[in-house]
Amino acid sequence: MVGDALDRWSDDHTQESPMPDMKPGSRFASNVCTTEVIVVKGAGEADLRCGGSPMLPTGSVPDGGTPDPEAASGTLMGKRYVDADDTLEVLCTKPGDGSLGLGDALLELKEAKPLPASD
Amino acid sequence: MNLMMLLEMAAGGFGDRVAVGSRDGGLTFQQLFDRAGAAAGRFRASGAEVVAMADVSSIALPISLFGAAWADLPFVPLNYRLTDDELSGLSARIAPAVVVLDPAAPGRLADLDDVVVLDRQALLDELANAPVPNDGWGTDWDMGGEGTAILLFTSGTTGKPKAAMLRHRHLVSYVLGSVEFMGAAEDEAALVSVPPYHVAGMAALLSNVYAGRRIVQLPTFDAESWVDLVRTEGVTSAMVVPTMLTRIVEHLDSELAAGLAGSGVLPTLRSLAYGGGKMPRPTIERALQLLPEVAFVNAYGLTETSSTVALLGPQEHRDALASDDEAVRARLGSAGRPLPTIEVSIRDEDGTEVPLGLPGEIWVRGEQVSGEYRGQAPRLTTDGWFPTRDGGRLDDAGFLHVTGRIDDVIVKGGQNVSPGEIEAVLVEHPAVADAAAIGLPDQQWGERIVAAVVLADASSASGTLATAEELQELVRNELRSNRTPDHVEFVAALPYNDTGKLLRRVLRTELAHLGDGSTA
Repeated sequence: MVGDALDRWSDDHTQESPMPDMKPGSRFASNVCTTEVIVVKGAGEADLRCGGSPMLPTGSVPDGGTPDPEAASGTLMGKRYVDADDTLEVLCTKPGDGSLGLGDALLELKEAKPLPASD
Repeated sequence: MNLMMLLEMAAGGFGDRVAVGSRDGGLTFQQLFDRAGAAAGRFRASGAEVVAMADVSSIALPISLFGAAWADLPFVPLNYRLTDDELSGLSARIAPAVVVLDPAAPGRLADLDDVVVLDRQALLDELANAPVPNDGWGTDWDMGGEGTAILLFTSGTTGKPKAAMLRHRHLVSYVLGSVEFMGAAEDEAALVSVPPYHVAGMAALLSNVYAGRRIVQLPTFDAESWVDLVRTEGVTSAMVVPTMLTRIVEHLDSELAAGLAGSGVLPTLRSLAYGGGKMPRPTIERALQLLPEVAFVNAYGLTETSSTVALLGPQEHRDALASDDEAVRARLGSAGRPLPTIEVSIRDEDGTEVPLGLPGEIWVRGEQVSGEYRGQAPRLTTDGWFPTRDGGRLDDAGFLHVTGRIDDVIVKGGQNVSPGEIEAVLVEHPAVADAAAIGLPDQQWGERIVAAVVLADASSASGTLATAEELQELVRNELRSNRTPDHVEFVAALPYNDTGKLLRRVLRTELAHLGDGSTA
């Protein structure tokens, strides 16, 4: 019984664990690549994914595997990514091969016009 | 959100780059990260609730700032120029505290309860020898963002200093919104000459760490050392307050006059930001002439807004200088446009927005805006707006023109007169080096306008003199007769604090005899 539950859990995190809370400052790591992010803006639970697979709180042991080819454009360190409705914004703190997503929709790179140094 | 997350990313992204110091032998980002971890342990062990520093800039400054953030303790840069009594008073207000002190000033804060004094050099030696664990330090700082990152005592030009409170989320928002991660090339270096207790001094550390730009520190400003450091350290960008730029320009001019090889030029400097007070038009125009390759940036911000909220960029400087249109030329004296992450609204005394172009109080809103003081209710409105107490107006292209503190406005015969307007006209006279307009009591008018004027050395470049009548006439012609100074007083110098802020309160006291003794 216990073994069954563990197997199911490791097959798909979303079935047994609730979706994580997108509190600003929360850190998440990819299940399928080296990507890590920090939530900059967000509220409530959300299905944050990387490489098509739900992201895990930093420090969790990933299942491994590779990014879904549909979500494998990679992440860039120091870049911010947002969803189309601007409800979620994450900052990439470690780059990887997967693309970030909210559910099935991919997050977009937040383009910021560079400002001249003022300090 | 925590300031440490900025340094963690820097150490992870470009840990071998030099973060602070000279290209050879400076502290790398990874070393800064490790020392901050060691400092956090030291600060936690002390039992203190804040980490303060009364010292000039050194590598101990970023180590202590980030170490405090790691330990979830507020960092408080204190003005080391204060008297022992003043410094003790502020330290007592923030106790229990550790205070890092300049080794040249032992014995300061000797007998305070709940204040642990750490000698800067002893602390640095201790941290350099602290073991670095193989498995990293464990990133155990608070990411909630609500904790106080920095407490800054306002300069106190108007009474008892208040402690402005900047939370981690304010400062991190500012950096993420205005700085590109690793946006600096490896050869870039920023010269920081503003003192640690100025918000620009703090913002400079955070912005340059996140950009990956090496920080070169000038502990005590003088123009010659500043120019030497730019040349010897290959400095590519810097931020100065107006009085510094005035002295730098004078120094470069004196080099040119002496005719030495390489004089008057700063070959590596690409960007020069200025802010923190009103820039005299002659200074900025001369600087633009002397340094044609340098991109000038005017930054406007307040302590309570985590530094810059508006800036006038390099192209806007050049456009304004080259234009025949007076309205466009006037933008050279403006603060430029608000940052993309900042909203600006100009409001009247009731807090109602005024029509575009009209003057009023500058209100700002954005995630970097704190508007909080320790032990006081936030000054933010419920919908997040911060009334800055600065007067200004927006022009039709969105440029913000700052006229000065609302509390400095002269009320003569029921008319509001902004000192900044009068001062801008006076300093355009070639014989005038500096000028300040203040209101003094007047039985008939409520206040009379008194202009304190510093004349340029008559033997120098301009060689001209000015009379009081001539200067009154100038203002009458340029502005309106109700702006004309009732009296022009020639003085040797105007009172400034050490970050270039004019001390109008001191000037009003010095010139009190020019009022009629009535209480306006």
